[in-house]
Amino acid sequence: MAITVIPFGPQHPVLPEPIHLTLKVEDEIVKEAIPALGYVHRGLERLVEIRDYHQMITVCERVCGICSMIHGTCYSQCIEELMDIEVTDRAKMLRVIWSELHRMHSHLLWLGLFADAFGFEALFMQFWKVRERIMDINEATAGSRVIVSVNIIGGVRADLSPEQLRWILSELDIAEKEIKDMQNTIMNDYTVKTRTCGIGVLSYDQAYELGAAGPTLRGSGVASDMRMNGYGAYGELDIEPIIETAGDCWARCTVRFREVLQSIDLVRQAISKLPEGELAVKVKGNPPEGEVYARVEQPRGECVYYIKGNGTKNLDRLRIRTPTFANIPPLLTMLPECELADVPVIVLSIDPCISCTER
Amino acid sequence: MFGSFIKKSRAKSPWIMHFDCGSCNGCDIEVLACLTPLYDVERFGIINVGNPKHADVLLVTGTVNHRNKKVLKNLYDQMPEPKAVIAIGACGNTGGVFREAYNVVGGVDKIIPVDVYVPGCPAKPEAIIDGVVLGLAKFAQKVEEAE
Repeated sequence: MAITVIPFGPQHPVLPEPIHLTLKVEDEIVKEAIPALGYVHRGLERLVEIRDYHQMITVCERVCGICSMIHGTCYSQCIEELMDIEVTDRAKMLRVIWSELHRMHSHLLWLGLFADAFGFEALFMQFWKVRERIMDINEATAGSRVIVSVNIIGGVRADLSPEQLRWILSELDIAEKEIKDMQNTIMNDYTVKTRTCGIGVLSYDQAYELGAAGPTLRGSGVASDMRMNGYGAYGELDIEPIIETAGDCWARCTVRFREVLQSIDLVRQAISKLPEGELAVKVKGNPPEGEVYARVEQPRGECVYYIKGNGTKNLDRLRIRTPTFANIPPLLTMLPECELADVPVIVLSIDPCISCTER
Repeated sequence: MFGSFIKKSRAKSPWIMHFDCGSCNGCDIEVLACLTPLYDVERFGIINVGNPKHADVLLVTGTVNHRNKKVLKNLYDQMPEPKAVIAIGACGNTGGVFREAYNVVGGVDKIIPVDVYVPGCPAKPEAIIDGVVLGLAKFAQKVEEAE
C-alpha cells in the first residue's frame, strides 16, 4: 500500500491554534506523525532584558491567555522566593480562588472544543454557556474576562467583599447543577463513547516514561498533581488527585470533567477558610543574585518557571517549561495506527496549548 | 437579478474565518465566545468557516512573526474578492506587549491591508462584534465598488 502524506494544519477548522502535523497515511490508517512548531513563537523569555521584574508579570500572563492567572502566580512565587517576601495568607487564598476559577473555565472550554471535535455541536454550546458564568465572576471581581491580572509581586491587587463571596457561591451552585446535568452525556452517551473509548491509548508506563503532564498523565493512572505539594495555600485545602486508568481519550475527558467539579469544591473550601489580612506587602529593591524554581499545576499539567536574578531590576534569565511541550511526545506515540478521522480527537485530547509551548 | 441577490446576501450574511497568528489565546477564545449562546453571532447570519475560499471576512488575532507571515499572506490571497480584514487585540493592531520581542514583526497591517482595528487585551466579545459590524459596512462598500 502506498503511503500518502496529508498536511494537518497550521490552519485547520478544529484547531484554534496553529500547529502543523505531517501525517503519513496508509489507506485510512496513520503510520507516522511529524510535528512542526514555531508558528506562535514570539520570544518572550528574552523580554526580561528590557522589561523590569514588575512589568514581566504582564508579559508572563500573556504566555497563554487560558491559564494566564496561573502563569502570573508561578512567576510571582519565583520572585517572592528570590526576594524573600512573605505573602499574607489572605493573598495566598485569593490566588487559589482565582486559579481554580481559571481551571474551571479552561476545562469547560476544552470540554466544549472536544465535543466539537467529534461533531457534537450542541454539547459544545452547552459547555460554553456554563463557562460564561465563570467569565462573569472573573469580570465582576477582577475587571477582565480572560486575563484577570490580579497578581502583583507580594500579593494580589483585588479583594473579594463578603457580598461578592456570597454571589460567587450562589453562581457556583447553579454552575455545578448545570455541569452535572451534562455528566451523563459526556461520560455515557453512545456517540461520545464510540468516538473516544479505546482511541489514542497511552499506557501507565508510556505516560510515565514519556514525561506526560497533567490530565494526560492522570488519565493513564499516574497520581501526580502539583497542587498536592501544597504551594501557595493549597496545603490548607483538602485535595485528592483525580485519576482514571483507561488511558484513552475518554479517560482524559473524564479526568477533566471531574476536575471541574473538584475545582468548584476547592473554591468553596477556600472561601470558607479565607482569612482576614492585608492584600499585599510592600516590595522594595531589586531581586538579588540567585536562581529559583517554582512549580505549579496548570489546567494542562505541571508548569515550571526558572528565574535567575543579578541584582538589577532586570532578570538575567527566565525559562518557562509548559505542560503541552511535555505532552507532545505522548501525542506522537498515540497517533500511529489510529484512523485519520480520529486525529482531531486525539490531538485535542492532550488539550494542546500552542502559545504556551512556543512562547 | 441573481447578481443583485448575491450582492445583498454577501453583506447580510458574511462568513468569517478566524486565524490565530501568534496570539496568546486570550483573543481567540473571545472570538469563539462570540459564536456561543450568550453572544451568538449566528443569529445575524455570521458563520465561522475553516476554509479561506468560503470566507468573506478574515479575523486575525495576535502578532505576526517571521514564521507565520507567509501563512497569513497565503490565507489572505486565497480569499475571494471582495474581502475585509479585522485585526483583533493589541497584538493584532501593533504587536502589543510583544512588540519588542525578537521574533515579532508587528501588527497585522505590516503584511496585509487591515480594514478595522479592534482594541483590547484581550478584546471583549462585545468589542469584536462591534468591529465585525464596522467591518461589514466597509465590506458592503467594497461590494458596491466591485460592481
